[in-house]
Amino acid sequence: MSGEIKKLDSKQPDGPIETAWDRHRFSLKLVNPANRRKRKVLVVGTGLAGGGSAAGLAELGYQVEAFTILDSPRRSHSIAAQGGVNAAKNYPNDNDSIWRLFYDTLKGGDFRGNEKSTYRLAQCANSIIDQAVAQGVPFTREYAGTLANRSFGGVQVSRTFYARGQTGQQLLLGVYQSLMKEVGKGKVKLHTRKELLELIIVNGRARGIITRDLVTGELEKHYGDAVIIATGGFCKTYYLSTNAMASNGAAQTRCWKKGAYMANPCMTQIHPTSLPVMGAYMAKQTLMSEALRNDGRIWVPKKKEDKRDPNTIPDDERDYFLERRYPSFGNLAPRDITSRAIKQAVDGGNGVGPTGVAVYLDFKDAIERDGYDKIKDKYGNLFDMYKHIVNESPYETPMRIYPTAHFTMGGLWVDYNLQSNIKGLFVGGESSYEYHGANRLGANSLMSAMTDGAFVLPVTVAGYLGETFATLEKVDDTHEEFDIGMKVVQGRIERLMNIKGTRTPDQFHRALGKVMFDNVGIERTEKKLIEAIESIKNIKKEFYADLMLAGDEKMNNELEKALRVEDTIDLGLLMARDALERRESCGAHYRMDFVDEDGEAQRDDENFQHVAAWEYQGDDTEPLRHIEELVFNSIQPSKRSYK
Amino acid sequence: MSDEMTLYLQVWRQKDSKSKGGFQNYKVENVSGDMSFLEMLDMLNENLAREGKDPIQYDHDCREGICGACSCMINGEAHGPGKKTTTCEMHMRHFNDGDAIIIEPWRAKAFPVLKDLAVDRSAYDKIIMAGGFIEVKYGNAPEANSMMVGKEVADFAMDNAACIGCGACAAACPNASAMLFTAAKTTQLSLLPQGKVESKKRVQSMIKKMDELGFGNCTNERLCEAACPKGISIISIARMNREYMGTLLKSDY
Repeated sequence: MSGEIKKLDSKQPDGPIETAWDRHRFSLKLVNPANRRKRKVLVVGTGLAGGGSAAGLAELGYQVEAFTILDSPRRSHSIAAQGGVNAAKNYPNDNDSIWRLFYDTLKGGDFRGNEKSTYRLAQCANSIIDQAVAQGVPFTREYAGTLANRSFGGVQVSRTFYARGQTGQQLLLGVYQSLMKEVGKGKVKLHTRKELLELIIVNGRARGIITRDLVTGELEKHYGDAVIIATGGFCKTYYLSTNAMASNGAAQTRCWKKGAYMANPCMTQIHPTSLPVMGAYMAKQTLMSEALRNDGRIWVPKKKEDKRDPNTIPDDERDYFLERRYPSFGNLAPRDITSRAIKQAVDGGNGVGPTGVAVYLDFKDAIERDGYDKIKDKYGNLFDMYKHIVNESPYETPMRIYPTAHFTMGGLWVDYNLQSNIKGLFVGGESSYEYHGANRLGANSLMSAMTDGAFVLPVTVAGYLGETFATLEKVDDTHEEFDIGMKVVQGRIERLMNIKGTRTPDQFHRALGKVMFDNVGIERTEKKLIEAIESIKNIKKEFYADLMLAGDEKMNNELEKALRVEDTIDLGLLMARDALERRESCGAHYRMDFVDEDGEAQRDDENFQHVAAWEYQGDDTEPLRHIEELVFNSIQPSKRSYK
Repeated sequence: MSDEMTLYLQVWRQKDSKSKGGFQNYKVENVSGDMSFLEMLDMLNENLAREGKDPIQYDHDCREGICGACSCMINGEAHGPGKKTTTCEMHMRHFNDGDAIIIEPWRAKAFPVLKDLAVDRSAYDKIIMAGGFIEVKYGNAPEANSMMVGKEVADFAMDNAACIGCGACAAACPNASAMLFTAAKTTQLSLLPQGKVESKKRVQSMIKKMDELGFGNCTNERLCEAACPKGISIISIARMNREYMGTLLKSDY
């Protein structure tokens, strides 16, 4: 491998931004309908991005094989999104537009996203609402029968469509049903409970994958003409997060180790309103929707370590710190800013609850103002969920909340076609870094995953298949690269099974998570990041010396975890490195050594208006940091202020 | 913490789908009331793993009651004693120190055991595959607000769409019937104008598939409704039966 730092070209189309996607689509090659069945696409992950692109490509006539590690595509983690999905339909007539959605997304991401891709996202968003309605998604409606909208953090228009508090579930089920329809027709071959363990590259092009059957333990070879990775984000590097247990970054890390660049891995969203940690065996943290901040007020007692019952603390002894520090956005400040303010309040000794690591989210004033019934109508589900878990009623006692890892803006590097630097390898949804820059706005995640799946990947993957139709060499699973891949995977499994140490995969994962949250979390400094790199290297060393693996090579959750933790450790290390090298503060990446006189994030456009794309150089060699310059022609990056 | 409990578990262990299974006893100590049921099992599993023993296999993912992966009979009840609660959402404060808890996999012929508490629920995917969708291709959708849907209708469709496909309804039913699952989907889709067009074909083929897969029939025991973590009502079963009968009697045009 060469050690040269490259300037990457993400092939953003030239010319006016409004017509860029149309002109680009026209430039892509087509495949004759009769020839489409001769091409096969492997889709890894069956959430909104993966399931949508699998169904979309099958509808076009391509052969598709879809893979999920879960027992059904209907369980993919897109299902857990609560609040909504954005689109600039401007139904409420509140002066929303595609341009405003585009601008809000780019500004929300602190100008670290790609301009033209983001514009395309805002353009396609309207179609995903149409598509979802046509698929039978029961969005919440007004009495007159039209679709309802609500507002979400960080914006001042109502552009969020929702299906009660289960928007992700409903969008996913719509996509799942469209996928199962194609499975039923024999157009998609569905593989459940199968996990990608290796990407197969033949002559520089992605041509297949090696999977492990999670029931029988068998390793399998799968070949195709293009591979789509849509396996979601990697917040599980923090161990505790809002993500589901099976969500992990191992598939991206496998691709990274085969040469795909990893872009901005340090950009992680720590969501401000999750339930606090409640015990050593806590497996995940439950999110309390951002919508609660429309009516809830966040505060801590002014006195340090004040253990009084919150209802007995008078108003003048409370610090409503968001309202104090950000008067114009108040409790609706964007997620990254809110998370930081909460952490600072807790670190200052004003935290509440048994552990002292939480702040109050209080609905007392809202209940007095609007009445119990109205608040129950709006948030009843969430209040019940809170009561279920914490055993306290938010109608009577303020909620206790604390930030936790929620979403990764970073991911595999892609160009405008969502194609990685490896030809034939495409990436969609949270797995790629494309749209959200340094911070993602609420309800933009479902929007980007569904846009990629339904409207971008079926076009660009088909374009690749068209462009290579006459020249792509014939490859099947008898190619020697597949045998090599099988040996690599078998070797990995044997290595882990044979360590026979004393610590379980979860013990290593928890150790990694603690380092990540403390050092590569809400606030970062050069010193903490250097420490993190050393600590993670130690965890890695101990992992290979002291891992204990119960069970056999068949259906075995411990083996699954060990294989994922192995990759997660490397990914955590890369996140810390990326955070160290990005010597600025932007969005969720907040470096305490790069702040202005008010302590707010100090972005450095002169030196860091770029995407960092990391290239793997081997296990013992530091990875290379390539650069994709970000060019803004349509808007001028401004200072992101919510004061 | 002062609320720590010791529990005595009887857990169904089965090596794979072909082997014969049986109960095994485990004692779990230091269980806090704030732990979820699955976190309690996690703790037991970590102890087993440290002793080099095979941990108990069970399905789980989101741990907030929406993905539908978790699936256990707890003391004979699907998803345990809590109403409208999945196993992952149930907290140990609902149990008392010294309790014995029996944990089994879903009981239904159409959901064969894969290992321990994990079962194969692909039968539910097959029912959806038979017709649980609206046949619209990507890119072929009209403007969203061109189709008005009354709020009450949309809300009732949503009540049914809330199904998480966990399988509790069939597991709780003495006939292992999948009627509630199937009816929830036919009801959601046939209520909405965009789904009406295919409703006849849908209800016929989904019911046919359900029967083929070995699910039993409905005899109005209402245990499915009681076990459903999303509170889906058996009104939907009555609605599906009516719709199905209608397809046999009425002409399309």
